[in-house]
Amino acid sequence: MSEKLLEIRDLHTYFWTENGWVKAVNGVSFDLWKGETLGIVGESGCGKSVTALSILRLIPNPPGRILKGEIIFEGRDLLQLSDEEMLRVRGNRISMVFQEPMTSLNPVLTVGRQVGEPLELHRGASIKGALRVAIELLKKTRIPAAENRATDYPHQFSGGMRQRAMIAMGLGCEPGLIIADEPTTALDVTVQAQLLDLMKSLTRDLSASLMIITHNLGVVARYADRVNVMYAGKIVETGTAHDIYEDTRHPYTLGLMASVPKIDQDVKAKLVPIEGQPPDLAHLPEGCSFYPRCTFAVEKCSKEVPPLETVGGIHQKACWIDVRK
Amino acid sequence: MARNTFSMDSQPSLNKKMGAVVKFLDRLFREKPLGAVGAVIFLIMLLTGFFANFLAPYGYNEINPLEMLKAPSAQFWLGTDALGRDVLSRIIYGARISMIVGFSATTMSILISVLIGITTGFFGGKYDLIMQRLVDSWMIFPGLVVLIVAISITGPGLWNIVFILGLTYGIAGSRIIRGATLSTKEEIYVHASNAIGASSFRQLFRHILPNIMAPVIILFTTRLAAVILAEATMSFLGLGVPPPTPTWGGMLNEARGYMLQVPLLSIWPGVALTLAIYGINVFGDALRDLLDPRLRGGLSSYSDSIAKST
Repeated sequence: MSEKLLEIRDLHTYFWTENGWVKAVNGVSFDLWKGETLGIVGESGCGKSVTALSILRLIPNPPGRILKGEIIFEGRDLLQLSDEEMLRVRGNRISMVFQEPMTSLNPVLTVGRQVGEPLELHRGASIKGALRVAIELLKKTRIPAAENRATDYPHQFSGGMRQRAMIAMGLGCEPGLIIADEPTTALDVTVQAQLLDLMKSLTRDLSASLMIITHNLGVVARYADRVNVMYAGKIVETGTAHDIYEDTRHPYTLGLMASVPKIDQDVKAKLVPIEGQPPDLAHLPEGCSFYPRCTFAVEKCSKEVPPLETVGGIHQKACWIDVRK
Repeated sequence: MARNTFSMDSQPSLNKKMGAVVKFLDRLFREKPLGAVGAVIFLIMLLTGFFANFLAPYGYNEINPLEMLKAPSAQFWLGTDALGRDVLSRIIYGARISMIVGFSATTMSILISVLIGITTGFFGGKYDLIMQRLVDSWMIFPGLVVLIVAISITGPGLWNIVFILGLTYGIAGSRIIRGATLSTKEEIYVHASNAIGASSFRQLFRHILPNIMAPVIILFTTRLAAVILAEATMSFLGLGVPPPTPTWGGMLNEARGYMLQVPLLSIWPGVALTLAIYGINVFGDALRDLLDPRLRGGLSSYSDSIAKST
């Protein structure tokens, strides 16, 4: 296997609220290898996006704070860098594609200007030079008539095209890591597949790593090499996509699978939701955070926090129970 | 608006910009005829002020003792004042003073508003807290009181009044710009610009400022009318631009003594002032309706689109 690109160790990102510290990311550790596609899944509020924003140090402070941990990217701990050094990492070595293509482009600047902006910032390109590269990038993301479209404004683009432009913007400086935070949530299904294929092939061309944050298990199954399942600010199961789907070991992952409709299912079959609500991140239960909603729970679960333990290969789970029994 | 993707424009961006201006004027006249009237009044006033030297039949201070308090005639279209000066000429030169004070004080006030507004809105925190409390304490006092006190410190004079009006309205207007900044800085494209490594300065001036130009432009037109009126008020009270410089407010003041004998003398500057304020306000309102996308598609354009689709 190739070398490590990103190594996250024991990351804690908390937000201060009136109810106390909200533990959005509570001790997350994982590695990302060069050229790999990592999927991060979990329901809303489980800390997926906060993990991504922590990597770029874009957590609004106050109220958010990265309390402890290490984010080692290309041999440097990003949490130790000065603000100026961090500016040179963002958009240059790590770029991010946001969730909302409709609002993530500035309405008063042309698309070409914006796609070229990382080049202006990090490569010292002139406005004209940046525009030329931007047109190339737009062509790469298969925007038709890119020369004409580069002088268009975002409102003249459709949602899918805007997301293509955002991807083009992310690729400009040939970053080592591209973080896509629910990149296809606002788009329709056919466009989703096109965009994900495109992203995957473009990152492969750059031999960059891709981190896809999503709550769509189908996306993860198809595109991710490896999957982290997150719950209440922690990774509860991690492994290859195959491990997660075919050899599920965590009750929460099982619950997620059960709540997705399957094409071979009887039309009358009911979806099985996970009962209850995600825990209040400011007041996590003692023991396993999933224990109040877990159908497998035993007494030990309410007392002790299960550590991530290896079940074979790179497949790890954080659960006291063996769900296969 | 569908655009032909395959058009072979040699200068697409230039054509687009010209097209936008033409389209805007078209919309102004079509959707806001009253606003267009305001724009015309405003334009006439602007040109009158600019070309006062050529338009005025007499000098603004040309005293003619034999022609005191004359009624309008072919020689003096709007009559003469107590010193025998031509009222029309003085109104034309008054437009110039109004425009100078109006534009320079408004420009200054907008600069101050934008500077305070975008920095406090963007950076927030203690800086915002302290600056906005200062703004609050400035705004506690009624506008006229502040103006009178300030003028009594600096003494009357054209540039003194420009400075004081600019400062007063600038500080008050920073609120509006701050509000616009607060909502704009939470837009995802601002976060996105942060994520590609843009500095705070760049985020402010490249991504936020251009997006709050609509409120800035609207603030400019409303302030312009307010400033012109304030200058007239100050001059009427004798605290503005000192005589013999003709100002509409000053002319009203001088005419006050002859209200019963020659009422026309106080009507003319009043009419000029009213027209100017009305024109600018109506134009400003139309501008706001056309520039603010949240108000766009109001009655007229919505009914237009319905009429076209059925």
